[in-house]
Amino acid sequence: MNQIQQETSQEKELNKEEKPALLELRQIEKRFGDTRVLKGIDLTVEEGEFVTLLGSSGCGKTTTLRIIAGLEEPDRGQVLLEGVDMGGQGPEKRNVNTVFQNYALFPHMNVFQNIAYGLKIRKVDKEEIRRRVTEILALVQLEGFEKRMPSQMSGGQRQRVAIARALVNNPRVLLLDEPLGALDLQLRRQMQTELKRLQKKLGITFIYITHDQEEAINMSDKIVVIRDGLVEQAGTPSQIYDDPRTSYVARFVGSANILTGTALRVRGQEGILEHASGQAGFRTGARPVKEGETITVAVRGETIRIWPEKHQPQGLAGVITEKSFVGGMLRIAVALGDGTEVTVSRHGINFDYDAGQQVWLEWDPSAAVLVDREDGPGNVPGSGDRPGPVLADREDRR
Amino acid sequence: MKKRRIRFSHVYLAAVMMVTYLPIVMVVVFSFNDSSVPVAWKGFTLEWYRTLLGDRALMEALGNSLVLGLLSCGLAAVIGTLGALGMTRAHFKSQGMLEYLSTIPIMVPEIILAMVFMAFFSLLGLPFGMVTLVLGHTAFCIPYVFLMVKARLVGIDRSLEEAGRDLGASPVRVFFDITLPLILPAVASGCILAFAMSFDDVVISLFVNGPTLSTLPIKIYTQLKTGVTPEINALCTVILAAVILVMTVYFCLAGKLGEKEM
Amino acid sequence: MRKDRWWLCVAPLYVFTLLFVLGPALYMVAVSFATNRDSGYGFQWSFTLENFRRMLDPVYLQCFYQSFQLAFTTTAVAVLIGYPFGYFMGRLSPRGRKILLFLIMVPFWTSSLIRLYGWLIILQARGIVNQALMGLGLVKEPLKILYSYPAVLTGMVYALLPFMMLAVYSSVEKMDWSLVEAARDLGASPAKAFFTITFRLTLPGLLSGIILTFVPSMGLFFIADILGGNKIVLVGSLIQDQLTRGSNWPFAAALALVLTVMTSLMIALYRRITHVRDLEGVF
Repeated sequence: MNQIQQETSQEKELNKEEKPALLELRQIEKRFGDTRVLKGIDLTVEEGEFVTLLGSSGCGKTTTLRIIAGLEEPDRGQVLLEGVDMGGQGPEKRNVNTVFQNYALFPHMNVFQNIAYGLKIRKVDKEEIRRRVTEILALVQLEGFEKRMPSQMSGGQRQRVAIARALVNNPRVLLLDEPLGALDLQLRRQMQTELKRLQKKLGITFIYITHDQEEAINMSDKIVVIRDGLVEQAGTPSQIYDDPRTSYVARFVGSANILTGTALRVRGQEGILEHASGQAGFRTGARPVKEGETITVAVRGETIRIWPEKHQPQGLAGVITEKSFVGGMLRIAVALGDGTEVTVSRHGINFDYDAGQQVWLEWDPSAAVLVDREDGPGNVPGSGDRPGPVLADREDRR
Repeated sequence: MKKRRIRFSHVYLAAVMMVTYLPIVMVVVFSFNDSSVPVAWKGFTLEWYRTLLGDRALMEALGNSLVLGLLSCGLAAVIGTLGALGMTRAHFKSQGMLEYLSTIPIMVPEIILAMVFMAFFSLLGLPFGMVTLVLGHTAFCIPYVFLMVKARLVGIDRSLEEAGRDLGASPVRVFFDITLPLILPAVASGCILAFAMSFDDVVISLFVNGPTLSTLPIKIYTQLKTGVTPEINALCTVILAAVILVMTVYFCLAGKLGEKEM
Repeated sequence: MRKDRWWLCVAPLYVFTLLFVLGPALYMVAVSFATNRDSGYGFQWSFTLENFRRMLDPVYLQCFYQSFQLAFTTTAVAVLIGYPFGYFMGRLSPRGRKILLFLIMVPFWTSSLIRLYGWLIILQARGIVNQALMGLGLVKEPLKILYSYPAVLTGMVYALLPFMMLAVYSSVEKMDWSLVEAARDLGASPAKAFFTITFRLTLPGLLSGIILTFVPSMGLFFIADILGGNKIVLVGSLIQDQLTRGSNWPFAAALALVLTVMTSLMIALYRRITHVRDLEGVF
């Protein structure tokens, strides 16, 4: 499954003269007690990228981040920063800084002292420290807050101090562990834009952890979906969203519907899926598909159209089971003949159908993409935040 | 403004506090009384404060108590703080047992500790005096520091130390810049409590002080059994004044810093 | 990182505890089974249960009974006075709490012996209590309050009350009062809400206060000595006596062992009931 990563890392081996990637993880493994948290993570991060590690709680994304920071030693594998192996190097030896999930501001120091801490350790000149702290405070829009104690600040302000404290050291990579997790929705949105603006302005590489797919899509240059200690898929937001390689990614990012059936006809990039409730078009992507093969496709709720009766040759028959209004969208649950539930999303509240009504579902062949299916339906984020006991606990502590 | 209603609870609190202070007030009042027996008011005098300054034995006892208190609370501070640090960080088998054993001195009646020390020190052949006193006092001072610091350490978010490392500080630097300032209030509280306990201790001191050395509580105890001179009243008034002064300063500072402690 | 190095920090505590807590304790246990020399000073290392058998003598049983009786009474009175105090204190404004805390702490830091002396002054034949009683015409002759059971009880309660107050207070302070409101909302009377919610939730503090009063009261022999004359002999005084005048160490050790076992059982019981490891209110 990590073919792409492995290929790139092999490529790198071949062209040694080339400038090494800013950060590279090679086959990182880590276990806590009996639990294998990371099972061989590969990751390449280029200069100036905004990379998001996306996954449900307990998938190992925080551990990955802590290994990059040097707060945790991997059991196996390498962390290369600008081509240099960081093995055995403590966090203080790495030019990488972290914004902790709970901010971890020193409660006995004021804002100035907190931000100046890293520079003081590096024995930067006093005047220089003052200049840089003032500068960074202006950047995070906290001018005049130097004397405040962390306990006298709001969550959003503390967040900015934490970011400033890390950024003032000009790290090669800034690690952010769900930094917006504790903020309310509105502040989250605002901070998302602000973080992105900061990153663009400073050109510093960000590695950002979240379990919020919307956040990941909004902010990242590159999304790395981590699942169960392995990289499930890495790519640009549009690659992840439009071309999920597995049903897990399809479900996790944009909660797509997963349908299983037989490939009936394959013409070029498109084919027909034979399903218990009818037939529907799909797109093969880059994968070769043989006719008659059992396949899985992912189709997003907002691309599905609902009709009262059969409308065109291709489509699936189903019965409406439930309607709900969630996040500005109307969600309609439709049960297909074989019991599979498909969720259809529509804008607006007006909808003329009632629960129990027979309907006809259709979509363009390009809207349904072929994915690898290797998981049961239990592994859906939201319903399936598999809380491995140790892991869940670890994540909660951060 | 609405008239303040007198509540039963306030009356109760005030009454209990008044009874609490009654004996102390008596001691203070009779320190200024122009009579050597604390029975009736015979007129104001500072005579007892003057003789107090000239009383070599009493001053020596006070000095002994101060030295003993400082030594044992200092020793306890080091051993207790290090112990609490190690206990929360290291993991070893006998940890539970050690923790239980080290808090025993404040969990059993003092008299037992006293007899045990007396018997044991004479078994070891230690000469009774300041050394045995310090050892005995340190033993019951450690738990105060240990438990206070441990409680504080448990409350410290580990990510603060990680943040320190992340910002480039070595583990040693992190300890002095972050961990120590955060546990210092607890160390201080533990020390103050330990010092107070040591300064006030009669039972253990009585058993391990040896034939010549006397601490203030021992002096007072002997006088209580034979006959108290008003110098003791005067000395206690002075100590009380010092305690009130120190505590007022402490409370004001604690209030200023907005500390959650106390 | 190298977690093993933290071990070094524990080393002083470890050594000190083994040397000056476990060592002496084991020594005491050993001595309690040794034989006292009939004449002169010292004891012999020959195993005997005589020291424990001797405790069954009615004189010593009486002494144990008196000690426990006094400890129980002291604790009971401390609960009766201290619980309402801690409760009311916990309901004060933060400022009020701070002032009271200050007022409780000040006597705490001053010599307990001196406060005892204060009571001596108050309770003596011509002290203020008797003067007040005679002034009011309630008694003609001064009452002999000093050197009696009530005087000892007063001294004991007075010395140990702050522990009870603080233990209860720290429990009350942590109370989530919305729980009481919820109980009232669900139809409980104020009294019912107090007993079903407040009292239950402050029980750890109360129990910790009970331990903190009961355990030391078994050993505070000097209060009984000073305020009770020689009328009340507690186990503590007995041990002291056996160590110094009687010079019977094995018997003293046996007494101490029994006393320790008894108080340890109390603490174990407390932990069993509350499932709390550290005593609330002190740390």
